[in-house]
Amino acid sequence: MIGIYSPGHSILHRTPTGAKLLLLLTFTSALLIFRSITTMGIAAVVLLVAYVLARIPLRLAMTQLKPLRWILPILFAFQWWLLGIESATLITSTLLLAVAAAALITLTTPVSAMMATLERMMRPGQRWGLPAERIALVLALTIRVVPVIADIVNQVRDARRARGAERSMRALVTPVVIKTVGHAHELGDALIARGLDD
Amino acid sequence: MICFNNVGLTYEDRNVLTEITCELNEPRVGIIGANGSGKSSLLRLINGLTTPTTGTVTVGGLDPTDHGRDVRSRVSFLFSNPDAQIVMPTVGEDIEFSLRRNKISALERHERISQALALVGLSDYQEHPAHLLSSGQKQLLAMAAIMVTEPDILLCDEPTTLLDRRNTRVLIDIIDALPQQIIMATHDLDLVSQWPRVLVMEHGEIIADSSGHEAVATYKATVDR
Ligand SMILES: Nc1ncnc2c1ncn2[C@@H]1O[C@H](COP(=O)(O)OP(=O)(O)OP(=O)(O)O)[C@@H](O)[C@H]1O
Ligand SMILES: [Mg+2]
Repeated sequence: MIGIYSPGHSILHRTPTGAKLLLLLTFTSALLIFRSITTMGIAAVVLLVAYVLARIPLRLAMTQLKPLRWILPILFAFQWWLLGIESATLITSTLLLAVAAAALITLTTPVSAMMATLERMMRPGQRWGLPAERIALVLALTIRVVPVIADIVNQVRDARRARGAERSMRALVTPVVIKTVGHAHELGDALIARGLDD
Repeated sequence: MICFNNVGLTYEDRNVLTEITCELNEPRVGIIGANGSGKSSLLRLINGLTTPTTGTVTVGGLDPTDHGRDVRSRVSFLFSNPDAQIVMPTVGEDIEFSLRRNKISALERHERISQALALVGLSDYQEHPAHLLSSGQKQLLAMAAIMVTEPDILLCDEPTTLLDRRNTRVLIDIIDALPQQIIMATHDLDLVSQWPRVLVMEHGEIIADSSGHEAVATYKATVDR
């Protein structure tokens, strides 16, 4: 699951958050600017070394990429058909490497540190009305909500199966939407009660 | 001190609360009554989550609608569903979220987070992802995240509804030991039967306001009649 911090004391854990974000930006830009199989190879090695340095277990690293398991093959097939196999390889590997790099940052950085840094980086923009703190909070909330929604979807899927409506899309989407809206209301109340509004 | 002065609450044409007048000063006040009788609505008025249609509510002399910030900094709310109350990805971060407005040193911040975790027995979970906690542990985390702000009053809306027997016991023992004033809506009649003051709600009105023992008897009578 993207966004879950894995505590540790590796060099990556100790690198300041701002520096890590800058590295991520450089890494991703390099992938986009120097589009070649060689670049992808180099980037893959650099990233693997970084994962090893961060002492992230292979299994945890793989779960970071799980959300891509459907989209990547589809993207690849599509690009292959439209632009040929070389472009397809480049585009999918760019995406894969960029997501893996972003995941490494979230694995080695507590969300609170990420929020604080993002807030600091956005501070110059506050003069022009950029709500830095809000943006940082939205980010953290989004990460927190992912497992909750996943839970809701699982519950609804079970309920649907129990009622013998496995194939009905409506029996899945409608309750998920209703429950999600309900959750949003409750979350809003809790945020107000915890002083967010003030 | 919490004062309701002739409070009414209407949604569209439906009267949810009518002519509520009372003062809540006791350290423990229970609220019982059927589903939809208005217990949650009553609690929500106290910290300004809902605004009364008629009449006034005051907390320590302040109107929660006009002074939301001041009232909510002193009045905390524990809801039933812990998942909706935890807003940060890890246990420690969620408690820290409560302190984000407190101008205190990093050391004191750390100190208070540790104390709050110790209060609910989650000291070993500071770095733990919140979504991997059990429901009971999540509710204890929600409790810790509230208590770290050191409120004067704690409003609880069926705080144990989603918990098993053991976690209910754990949470209730913690609540029992708190020095704060506690106003609790609940369906757990055994829990409030020993309390000095319990309100019984029916169709948006307070139909009984007495000792826990009598209130429970009154409520049971309304169900049986
Ligand atoms: N936001 C709202 N909009 C419309 N009606 C509402 C709203 N909130 C509550 N109600 C209605 O007000 C009435 C009282 O609800 P409330 O939640 O206060 O009852 P309750 O005593 O807490 O019930 P329960 O035991 O089920 O929690 C119900 O009929 C409910 O449908
Ligand atoms: Mg209720």
